[in-house]
Amino acid sequence: MSTFKPRDWGSHAPFIVPGYKSTILRGPTRAPLAIKSGLTEGTGPRFAPASVRKLDFDLTKNGITNGEPLGERIVVHGKVMDTDGRPQPDILVEVWQANAAGRYVHKVDQHDAPLDPNFRGSGRCMTDANGNYVFYTIKPGAYPWGNHFNAWRPNHIHLSLFGPGFATRLVTQMYFPGDPLLDLDPIFLGTEDAAARERLIAKFSIEKTEEGFALGYQFDIVLRGRNATPMEN
Amino acid sequence: MAYGETPSQTVGPYFAYGLTAGQYAYDFTDIVDTTIAGPDAEGEHIRITGRVLDGNGDVVNDAMIEIWQADANGAYAENPVDVASSGFRGLGRCGTGTDAQNRFYFDTVKPGVVADGTAPFVNVIVFMRGMLVHAFTRFYFDDEAALNAKDDILQSVPADRRDTLIAKRVETRTGVEYRIDIHMQGDAETVFFDV
Repeated sequence: MSTFKPRDWGSHAPFIVPGYKSTILRGPTRAPLAIKSGLTEGTGPRFAPASVRKLDFDLTKNGITNGEPLGERIVVHGKVMDTDGRPQPDILVEVWQANAAGRYVHKVDQHDAPLDPNFRGSGRCMTDANGNYVFYTIKPGAYPWGNHFNAWRPNHIHLSLFGPGFATRLVTQMYFPGDPLLDLDPIFLGTEDAAARERLIAKFSIEKTEEGFALGYQFDIVLRGRNATPMEN
Repeated sequence: MAYGETPSQTVGPYFAYGLTAGQYAYDFTDIVDTTIAGPDAEGEHIRITGRVLDGNGDVVNDAMIEIWQADANGAYAENPVDVASSGFRGLGRCGTGTDAQNRFYFDTVKPGVVADGTAPFVNVIVFMRGMLVHAFTRFYFDDEAALNAKDDILQSVPADRRDTLIAKRVETRTGVEYRIDIHMQGDAETVFFDV
């Protein structure tokens, strides 16, 4: 057990980003109180590989009722590592997204685009011994949201990871290269540092693309690193 | 070679069928739910409940709360094999959208003391639409006044804000409940930690 380096706030958005309206009443207004990392932050939940079922990593199959899901099949590969480049094995990666038409299965989604009876849009996978993960899905569509006039979310996939400790918890979004909506999206732009924002965009990969089946994207995820010295207790 | 951290992004309003599917009755399994400790787990069985309130004092119905805590002996459940045998998983996750009062709730055991000089507590993470970065906080227990007075982290919180971290014990018909609300803003804004 060792403790984790402090969160690099330069890589993250502030709690309140006025362009993203929901932050105004929901983001804490006072600076978080820095505390020394201890056992509770240095430990974290572990998930057994058996807790991920056979089709959980294949969103093109795990929601089928009567046919293939509509849209562009993609395969997402990535490596989970820490800020020192160390691969993170046995990490649970949970994913969820809209369908190809930009519609979520969620009951509250009011967007007037079709649901796909063969696509749920949620799944999970785990990293292997080298920190690599892979899942198959359908490229999500853009969709409108009520933040401002003519507001559209860029195509994106949500990803959730605990990492090796509770302190490394991360929920993020993977975006697609060349999306014209990125420059207009207050959620993406909420991360002020341009280099950090680039880390949210997957890379198209012809090497990962599967002949006759699915376009390949690479999305590596970097979690906080560990302190060099172990904690005292 | 050094790599930059991947930025955090909001869970958005539509996390339910991905992260809390069973709780919201979507056709997908839950890998973690509101049961932190099963009926066989050692210790005093309690329920933790509360609401998340925004800057207007309105109850948030699309928040997601996660808790990570030690067991009754002060140990963390880091091994999935141990979790299966003890009934104690240490981790809980609850969306506030299905309870009639939009509360979060967890069935668990009261945690033990993790290390000398600390009080029992649970570690809490708050997610919701409108949060680009999740926020960490802690819940302490109001019937642990002596230990709370010695807890370094609790004592590092300005005295007039400590109450925002202390859950109140209530005896109900169904058992012991600890209640605490999370205020995102305002005079009673919860203390959040940079862990």
